Amino acid sequence: MAFVSSGYNPDKPMEDRITDIGPRKYDEFYPEVIANNKGKWLYHEILEPGILVHVAESGDKVFTVRAGGCRLMSTTHIREICEIADKHCDGHVRFTSRNNIEFMVDSEDKVKPLKDDLESRKFAGGSFKFPVGGTGAGITNIVHTQGWIHCHTPATDASGPVKATMDVLFDDFKDMRLPAQLRVSLACCLNMCGAVHCSDIAILGYHRKPPLMDHEYLDKMCEIPLAVAACPTAALKPSKTEFKGQEVKTIAVKEERCMFCGNCYTMCPSMPLADTEGDGIVIMAGGKVSNRVSAPKFSKVVVAFLPNEAPRWPSTTECIKNMVEAYAKGANKYERLGEWAERIGWERFFEACELDFTHHLIDDFRDPAYYTWRQTTQFKFSK
Amino acid sequence: MAKHETPLLDQLESGPWPSFVSDLKQEAEKRAKNEEGLELQIPVDVVDDLMGILELSFKHGRTHWKHGGIVGVFGYGGGVIGRYADQPEQFPGVAHFHTMRINQPGGKFYTTEYLRKLCDLWDFRGSGITNMHGSTGDIILLGTTTPQIEEIFYEMTHNMNQDLGGSGSNLRTPSDCVGEARCEYSCYDTQDLCFNLTQEYQDELHRPAFPYKFKFKFDGCPNCCVASIARSDMAYIGTWKDDIKIDQEAVKAYVGGEFAPNGGSHAGRDWGAFDIQAEVVDLCPTKCMKYDGDKLAINNPECVRCMHCINTMPRALRIGDDRGLSILVGAKAPILDGAQMGSLLVPFVEVNKDDDYQAIKDVIEPIWDWWMEEGKNRERLGETMKRLGFQALLEATGLDPVPQMVQEPRTNPYIFWKEEEVEGGWTRDIDEFRKHHQR
Repeated sequence: MAFVSSGYNPDKPMEDRITDIGPRKYDEFYPEVIANNKGKWLYHEILEPGILVHVAESGDKVFTVRAGGCRLMSTTHIREICEIADKHCDGHVRFTSRNNIEFMVDSEDKVKPLKDDLESRKFAGGSFKFPVGGTGAGITNIVHTQGWIHCHTPATDASGPVKATMDVLFDDFKDMRLPAQLRVSLACCLNMCGAVHCSDIAILGYHRKPPLMDHEYLDKMCEIPLAVAACPTAALKPSKTEFKGQEVKTIAVKEERCMFCGNCYTMCPSMPLADTEGDGIVIMAGGKVSNRVSAPKFSKVVVAFLPNEAPRWPSTTECIKNMVEAYAKGANKYERLGEWAERIGWERFFEACELDFTHHLIDDFRDPAYYTWRQTTQFKFSK
Repeated sequence: MAKHETPLLDQLESGPWPSFVSDLKQEAEKRAKNEEGLELQIPVDVVDDLMGILELSFKHGRTHWKHGGIVGVFGYGGGVIGRYADQPEQFPGVAHFHTMRINQPGGKFYTTEYLRKLCDLWDFRGSGITNMHGSTGDIILLGTTTPQIEEIFYEMTHNMNQDLGGSGSNLRTPSDCVGEARCEYSCYDTQDLCFNLTQEYQDELHRPAFPYKFKFKFDGCPNCCVASIARSDMAYIGTWKDDIKIDQEAVKAYVGGEFAPNGGSHAGRDWGAFDIQAEVVDLCPTKCMKYDGDKLAINNPECVRCMHCINTMPRALRIGDDRGLSILVGAKAPILDGAQMGSLLVPFVEVNKDDDYQAIKDVIEPIWDWWMEEGKNRERLGETMKRLGFQALLEATGLDPVPQMVQEPRTNPYIFWKEEEVEGGWTRDIDEFRKHHQR
């Protein structure tokens, strides 16, 4: 392959340089019905799972068909989305904040051909390319991070567990039988690029072994003071050790103080944490971001550790499925998973979801810990 | 014939949910065929090697990517994330596999013309693999080599009028909800405010000058579809001051079963007939509603705008007309000192397009000045606030304390009184004191 220049001249980087122009303006991309009715929408309805209608003051309607998408997406797949959008939607399409793809049409008669087209498309391996669903009191797409496809700090994969989990939860993507919407998120380490800390159910990658020290290279690769300062529990200190008969500068780890956050590894590549047995998944539950009825809530740790079981993570998906079923059975209409857990009490939640309660689930990290212990005689006895 | 055997990944091709493995395979095949005869600028087998290295991770239970190196475009400190494989001999196609963050358009609306241009560029100069979209909102172009980065930036800025997004210790790419474009709940034009601030703060977005990352997210209403309250250092959440608008006829239509509650979102189960008392009035967090069998009444000053009644009866209840937004600051994920939710700083601010949103910028800039002065390296705004106290933020912004800012007042009396707040000041004469109090 021969290098083909774009016109950029590396010897004169400022020549014809265009910078600081920002994104394309949103309204360049609006479908006509959106441009005409912006700010004048009256109400919406979900006609069936995955299909919404929004009605404007003008009487105009926009019908949205929502299809699940993989956040990891090839240009071949995007071109297929474009083909569909050209065929049905005058060349317009949008994505949701949960990686769904929304195809919009301006009249009801265009909905069925669009939906049928989407549902008819399958990958060579047999999975749906564009399953329609993800609306209302059901489970929509899982937002997630990179995982093993592209990140240097993950404790689990992202696309793999997401695919495995969505396969197990697929019926609830296509249905709206739950008491309220249930949001599942995945972050492959606790840096939480995916910010799963406020999800109904969160899948979180976690390390369990302290950093492995590469004494030979550490001082050459890293700024020791920066790495030491990065430790939130002061488990690190500068030190010296002997390597092949020579004294080298390095970092000493007080292992019992390590909380396995990997912040040191972010600052210093010579202290990796990744480990086949050490790494795995924490399950958190009961968070939400909406202010509806109750205030937004953080997710709570309900399972301290599940192993990484590639390719289908059966322990993780089974645990999640059990929680979803217990929630579907126990919660009141409109009640989010966390609201249900608080109403019945977390002691009941563990029973209902058939989850073991272990010492790992009692907070011992700084001040907030105390506020999570029970300071009342009001509790329920386990059945 | 696949370049690498991927028996573990292959097991993710079955099942109903879209398989990213099948998608990667079709992309690998497309590149191998190269029907258009493109002079592909990065290795033709990049996707094969991507699957190969992922399969190895599935086998090992560990990632095979190294830390990012310093790569980027001239004059910017963000937008490109360096990425190298730790098995480059085995997978040369992904030996260099850098990410580019592309600032997405508001509401993530696209034309196919734009998307195809992006695909053309990425097929030619990159791996053909993307994220639509990344966690912060950007279009993520996943995997190219160092020499291509300036070329991609040049083509994007010259031919697509498109810029990069943020990474590193800078303003991260702001993101917004669908807003007024297609939502009746939106209290302001999220996309316009997001666009305006993104343009205003291009320098902060491209050139890292902050202690750590800083995120803006724009939610049109308290339903918070883009999770601004949990995920952004500054969350802009639409709200209103006046009364919820009631259409009593539509209320009756809900009560009579003519309209399905919550926009029909519960249609998958028989929940029985709609019960306005149990499903709306009793769930109101402030119990400010009454239904007498004929009319629904709301004691609006007591309403906290949780959205439940509006969500449940969207055809009967509408947001008020005196609209603006609340600003909450300091949300973040757990690293390092635990997760933080956004804390309410400005209960209500007008959203005025005509003066270029000056009232909002007047809040942003003093906060940045304070945080850049006081924040430690890799300290998020929320952590600086915790370390120095909410009062320090009030002083920096010049905002007056109001009870809306707290869940409850403090339970300890350890007030850090300032000298000027105490009558007579702190300078006293010990000899004078001793005249009345022997040693």
